[in-house]
Amino acid sequence: MSIPADLKYTKSHEWVRLEADGNVTVGITHHAQELLGDMVFVENPTLGRQLRAGEECAVVESVKAASDVYAPIAGEVVAANGDLEGAPESINQDPYAAWMFRVKPAQAGDLDALMDAGAYTAHVDSEAH
Amino acid sequence: MLKQTPLNAKHHEAHAKLVDFSGWEMPIHYGSQIEEHHIVRRDAGMFDVSHMLSVDIKGEGVRAFLRRLVANNIDKLQTTGRALYTCMLHEGGGVIDDLIVYFVSESWFRLVVNAGCADKDLAWMGDQCEKFAPGLVITPRRDLAMVAVQGPQAAARLWVAMPGARALTETMKPFHAVVVGEMFVARTGYTGEDGFEIMVPNKAAPFFWQALLEAGVKPCGLGARDTLRLEAGMNLYGQDMDEGVTPFDAGLAWTVDLAGERDFIGRDALLRLPRRRQLVGLKLLDRGVLRAHQSVFSAQGEGEITSGGFSPTLNGSIALARVPVGVQIGDTVEVDIRGKLVQAAVVKYPFVRNGKALVASG
Repeated sequence: MSIPADLKYTKSHEWVRLEADGNVTVGITHHAQELLGDMVFVENPTLGRQLRAGEECAVVESVKAASDVYAPIAGEVVAANGDLEGAPESINQDPYAAWMFRVKPAQAGDLDALMDAGAYTAHVDSEAH
Repeated sequence: MLKQTPLNAKHHEAHAKLVDFSGWEMPIHYGSQIEEHHIVRRDAGMFDVSHMLSVDIKGEGVRAFLRRLVANNIDKLQTTGRALYTCMLHEGGGVIDDLIVYFVSESWFRLVVNAGCADKDLAWMGDQCEKFAPGLVITPRRDLAMVAVQGPQAAARLWVAMPGARALTETMKPFHAVVVGEMFVARTGYTGEDGFEIMVPNKAAPFFWQALLEAGVKPCGLGARDTLRLEAGMNLYGQDMDEGVTPFDAGLAWTVDLAGERDFIGRDALLRLPRRRQLVGLKLLDRGVLRAHQSVFSAQGEGEITSGGFSPTLNGSIALARVPVGVQIGDTVEVDIRGKLVQAAVVKYPFVRNGKALVASG
């Protein structure tokens, strides 16, 4: 299982990366894509949308089912990865490169509340048992 | 505790992702469902379908019993080895199960029924048998495993794995079968491709599977089986039909033979009930994925998707939907996907047959 040490994680299996400009990039984890199977459709939030932390804001659909993606933190959507529209399978191939959307955080410290790689590993293990 | 087929260890060896399917631990995929789907359309794949049940009915007068038991006319089977797809109905015309009947001899017919329906089917058949043909013997064949080898290269690869089968199957037409010693080889399937469904004794099943692997047949999971059958426009019991719908509501009128006076179970109800619903194909025109139970809105009223998903061959989403009679091929309908209305075209199905798209892709 691939869980990069430099990212933050949510219980709902999103990964979050703090960029140099203060924005955060969001995608779904290796574990999440493995559970869902082959991806066939991605619906990202529209630019400018104000997200509340924990709110359903995007959808990934695999051959198996549709699954909600939740906003890891509050903030404004400032970018969405349009490449996923034509190539949803890139989430299966490299889930940490195939980012979904970027958020300008409402408050800079919000990321601290998310899990680090160690805590997320324990979370995945606990769900498996 | 989930039931396991004789091929369970082979699935573990191949690192299959196993799921609970009607109480059976079955492979959903072995890595990528979409790759497995394409393998069946382009080459040859195999499915463990041992969870399905073969049922032998033997004795004097099996044919007469089956004339009554199933909605299609068993008298269409006049030569040894011929197969018939049919529904088994209750008195109200609802579908208890869909199944294939093989005519082996006048004193031996073999039925293959769905895993999830096997227990109720056996109970129903037992009851009907007691009432109408007490001399017959109904035997569930849990001693048999079943492997479906499907795809344009299925025959060629089967003959490599099982050279003795060549002479027997080379000129075999679809919907025919042959008994080969302890094996039963039928040219049937659930994918819209050429191929075989082969029953083998449980003990022999892992060796047969291994021989097919070595002949280049790729293991495929029930996930691909579902997208393949959806593209092929084949109904799935429990989704596209169940005891609450008649064959006419489920696009299966072609399997009901109302000709003559044949008094099959459910006939009276089928003649009496008004036909208000039909099954149509949908092709999504907007982005998204059609799924079972989404609502469909047409000028003639509301309907529901019974099976939907992503079609790897068409690279888009397709569905089977139950809609009011009057909705026509070529109409555009709206589908509710998570509260958003999207447009879908009503199309003829099958969507794909023998590797070829029958509706525009994209």
